Amino acid sequence: MIFRRFIQWVVSLYTEFVSEFTFVFIEGNRYQQMIKGFLNTLKITGGALVMGVIIGVFIAAIRSSYDKNFESMRLRKGVGYCVLTILNGLCKIYLTVIRGTPVVVQLMISYFLIFVDTKDGVPVGIFAFGINSGAYVAEIFRAGIMSIDNGQFEAGRSLGFNYIQTMRHIIIPQMFKAVLPTLCNEFIALLKETSVAGYLGVVDLTKAGNIIGGSTFSYYMPLLSVALIYLVMVMVLSRLAGILERRLRKSER
Amino acid sequence: MNDRSCLIKVTGLKKHYNKGAVKALDGIDCEIQKGEVAVIVGPSGSGKSTFLRSLNLLEIPTEGTILFDGTNITDPKTNINYHRQKMGMVFQHFNLFPNMTVLRNMTIAPMELLGKSKEEAEKKAMELLERVGLADRAQAYPSQLSGGQKQRVAIVRALCMEPEVMLFDEPTSALDPEMVGEVLDVMKSLAKEGMTMIVVTHEMGFAKEVGTRVIFMDEGVIIEEAEPKEFFDHPKSERAIDFLSKVINM
Repeated sequence: MIFRRFIQWVVSLYTEFVSEFTFVFIEGNRYQQMIKGFLNTLKITGGALVMGVIIGVFIAAIRSSYDKNFESMRLRKGVGYCVLTILNGLCKIYLTVIRGTPVVVQLMISYFLIFVDTKDGVPVGIFAFGINSGAYVAEIFRAGIMSIDNGQFEAGRSLGFNYIQTMRHIIIPQMFKAVLPTLCNEFIALLKETSVAGYLGVVDLTKAGNIIGGSTFSYYMPLLSVALIYLVMVMVLSRLAGILERRLRKSER
Repeated sequence: MNDRSCLIKVTGLKKHYNKGAVKALDGIDCEIQKGEVAVIVGPSGSGKSTFLRSLNLLEIPTEGTILFDGTNITDPKTNINYHRQKMGMVFQHFNLFPNMTVLRNMTIAPMELLGKSKEEAEKKAMELLERVGLADRAQAYPSQLSGGQKQRVAIVRALCMEPEVMLFDEPTSALDPEMVGEVLDVMKSLAKEGMTMIVVTHEMGFAKEVGTRVIFMDEGVIIEEAEPKEFFDHPKSERAIDFLSKVINM
């Protein structure tokens, strides 16, 4: 008896779920909103990620060059010392401002003050999140560079590589391996942070869920779906990072 | 003075830290001739390594000049990277690139800096590996090698750049005792071929056997310079006698 009641309950739950799902997503082709939102979230995250890494590498290289070579460059003087000091100062200002203000405020400043004429929020989102992420990635990379044994620099320099070549061929490849877990963390944070892109009038995943909820007066299905999609995206991302990490680790067998 | 064969000429070299509070090098004058094997010995903290590292400007001297092949490399306008290509260096802790295979460790600099093709660089690298008996380890990563193997790879990595002088910074100090021999053998054969070498070491046996000159340093200055036999049998200065009495009686 109890078993039959249980089966009936499960079946009714299932039919209820199907009808709710049909009503929320299929009717009025509302699932298209979700797909659009998902794609926009991907675009903004992906774009910001690439931009953040590029900014991060450059800033980390400048900052750690300054930290490492400050003494010796002062002895040798020259133009390089002046240029590096100025660049390092600019980087510090960038880091302070970006890390010192909320990302939503940066987003709105980009959208309403800098790119006033741009109606499409996606490129603005990529720009703002890229600039924001760059600051955090830069510090992650700098920590990675500083963690690499100074002997590696010396070996590179003693072979005749200049500073930039040493960085490019010897230090940065090793640095990437060292910071991969932390970097993955930052990417996960970035992915979830893009959920505030709705401020730019972009229909991202979160906004899509919100819109559907608003128009159907049924919030639990769209919001739980949104949460689930984020979760799966994060899981995929950390899985990819794990695979990459294992591949890079092959030299440590 | 025969300037023709003088490869490195050091004049008044000083290295001070903390605005002169610490004097790691306190006025060094020295000449290294082509084909010489100069062995630098001395108690720890005497400035041997600092001196060696100054020669390719891994340490920037506070004062003094270094002429390498007639070029003043201490002049900030000199392109030190170019001159470093001709000064191979071997470190105490090997400093192989852990993310690259042995072969890649050896070919990266010739390919990037001398513009050699991959085939050319690898051919040269394999020849050198063959010579030190490590040809079968070409595809291994440094973490898979023993200390002695790592140091032999480090030596041939430097040789891939075809340097005019090799600088050795305590090349056997980080090795297990049974691996010291294999590294010293490579260095000996290198010396036999007429490579100019400057070696900081605690291996007195090597100094005696291979060295053409012993440079004894203490407290940042050169105390004594002599042929090995002369230095070990009849040291002149008090400090050299004291030092030798500590290291020889084993």
